[in-house]
Amino acid sequence: MSRISDVFDQAAQQARMTFMPFVTAGDPSLQSTSAVLKGLRDADVDLIELGFPYSDPIADGPVIQASYTRALDNDVTVHGILGMMEDLRDAGLPPVLAMVSYAIVFRFGTDAFVARAAEVGFSGLIIPDLPADEASEMSATATKHGLGLVQLIAPTTTSDRTQQILDASSGFVYCVSVAGTTGVRKELPEALIEQLMQLRLMTDLPLAVGFGISGPDQVASLEGVADGVIVGSAIVRLAAEAPSVEAAAAAVRTFSSEMRAAVNGVKPSRRI
Amino acid sequence: MATESATQAPLSAVPDKRGRFGDFGRRYVPETLMFALDELAQAYEDAKKDPAFDERFRDLLRNYVGRPNPLYFAERLTERCGGAKIFFKREDLNLTGAHKINNTIGQALLTMRMRKTRIIAETGAGQHGVATATACARFGFPCVVYMGEEDVRRQKLNVFNMRTMGAEVRPVTTGSRTLRDAINEAMRDWMASVRDTHYIIGSVVGPHPFPMMVRDFQSVIGRETREQSLEMIGRLPDEVIACVGGGSNSAGMFFPFVDDEAVALTGVEAGGRSNEPGEHASTLTYGQPGILHGSYSYVLQDNDGQTSDVHSISAGLDYPGVGPEHSYWKDTGRVDYVSAGDEEALDAFTVMARTEGILPAIETSHAIAYAMKAAAKRSKEEVVVVCLSGRGDKDVNEVARLTGQEM
Repeated sequence: MSRISDVFDQAAQQARMTFMPFVTAGDPSLQSTSAVLKGLRDADVDLIELGFPYSDPIADGPVIQASYTRALDNDVTVHGILGMMEDLRDAGLPPVLAMVSYAIVFRFGTDAFVARAAEVGFSGLIIPDLPADEASEMSATATKHGLGLVQLIAPTTTSDRTQQILDASSGFVYCVSVAGTTGVRKELPEALIEQLMQLRLMTDLPLAVGFGISGPDQVASLEGVADGVIVGSAIVRLAAEAPSVEAAAAAVRTFSSEMRAAVNGVKPSRRI
Repeated sequence: MATESATQAPLSAVPDKRGRFGDFGRRYVPETLMFALDELAQAYEDAKKDPAFDERFRDLLRNYVGRPNPLYFAERLTERCGGAKIFFKREDLNLTGAHKINNTIGQALLTMRMRKTRIIAETGAGQHGVATATACARFGFPCVVYMGEEDVRRQKLNVFNMRTMGAEVRPVTTGSRTLRDAINEAMRDWMASVRDTHYIIGSVVGPHPFPMMVRDFQSVIGRETREQSLEMIGRLPDEVIACVGGGSNSAGMFFPFVDDEAVALTGVEAGGRSNEPGEHASTLTYGQPGILHGSYSYVLQDNDGQTSDVHSISAGLDYPGVGPEHSYWKDTGRVDYVSAGDEEALDAFTVMARTEGILPAIETSHAIAYAMKAAAKRSKEEVVVVCLSGRGDKDVNEVARLTGQEM
């Protein structure tokens, strides 16, 4: 049984949504990321998305891009990130998914990357620039090594692409709330709710909503139609603005505890 | 028993439906853009079948851009090199002074076909930005051009021209502040504006169908060259030479010749200051296959897959990737890729100015530098053709600075 599915199933039994924070690995250092990850564990978050810094992130807005630049300027490497995760294997983290560009995975070697990611304790992969059309090999590799490969669905995804994406996805489906890059937005578009309801009829996979979610206020509007929320830029900004490693971990932990409390009262979609 | 297929598919029979040139190309982009790429591919296929589209495109190339431009015999440069006859395909004589306009006119027509109302573009040296601003002025589209802050500094004339034609030039301050980051910013804009905006990419790079479509629009260069060669010298040239950054003038020049095995094709990359990492932009010579800007092609990367910084004297060639069809041509051995350094290009710029009275773009000067050496090694009966992809007015400030002259 996959750890990712277990988390969503348990939350469903508790009649609540899940909360998944995103953090950039190595922003500004791997020590600070390690502290932030432990803080997230203590905040009892359900899953964690760990972003691998990349030099040319097309899907990311200014906040996350700047965090990637800071990490790369500090010589954070892929091997360094994998090593940090290995050191945290027994730290009792919730399931962690690697958010990583296909440019990085391909250079490392697809099979070698997935094998190593599984070995150091990742539970799944999100490869935002590997659309379902090109993902069949990756999907088989991920399955072989016991990792979920989460696919993204965008507001612009056509209905004939949707089924193909759902078929290629495992763990959960990442529903991009707005056409655009990652970043904080005030309101979620109305069409999102309709799209989520449509998706619910097509798959039993959990639906997690990301891009543009910044705080507890937006969670309630997803009641009954989604199974989880992902917050990225708002958290990356908190960590970046903190004056020290300890302060960053504390700020992220406090915010995440609030988010975790917020999802507690919100019912998930009706799966199964 | 099935009969074996009699002939192998010609090299020109690419890409396939998924945008693959051999193994290269494809689409590695966020899901948000997939819809627009499908829509664009469909619109382009429809347009290709519509004689009215082709007629309109040809009419604009003839009466607005000024095609066909000449194939010019460079008599004094030939004498100076003492070998093969050197001809230039005069893309520098097009409206806007470079080959880029062929593509922007084609894509602006497609934008109208798709009923989109806004156009964005990236630019390096500014030639594509100017060509896009020109097409937008001609057809009445609002236009935003992303340009690296460093390039805005190096290419003031083109920035002024774009703004004069009503385009908004947005300086890009992320990363290396050059062409690669301008493409990133344009893609990000497109992510959020995809429903009403078309992104006119300026080279044969990016996700399918861009590499194919830009090649097709630029192929007018090679088609005219072919006809003009047959007319003027009674046969095809022995060697065709073009500079390669992203690779659009070279793709347009080479494509109509790839099935003519007797014609040698040579792409000239920017050799920069040296062959050390970060000192050049010779992607095909020193790079390896990888992913950048939505496609699989040769790329200059570090061991982690992070894109390398590059250097060239030319703002139009300092790009760490290259179009996927060039990677295909490299791996099949059809095109030879070499490089010419900053100094060689500067020398060629001056030689060209003094022997032919033509100021070539500094990008083009790389191709000329190699062509002078190649011609010298060939006999006087042989013919080499160089794509004179653009004129050099935009570069004179930078040339003056680098050669220690006062403007």
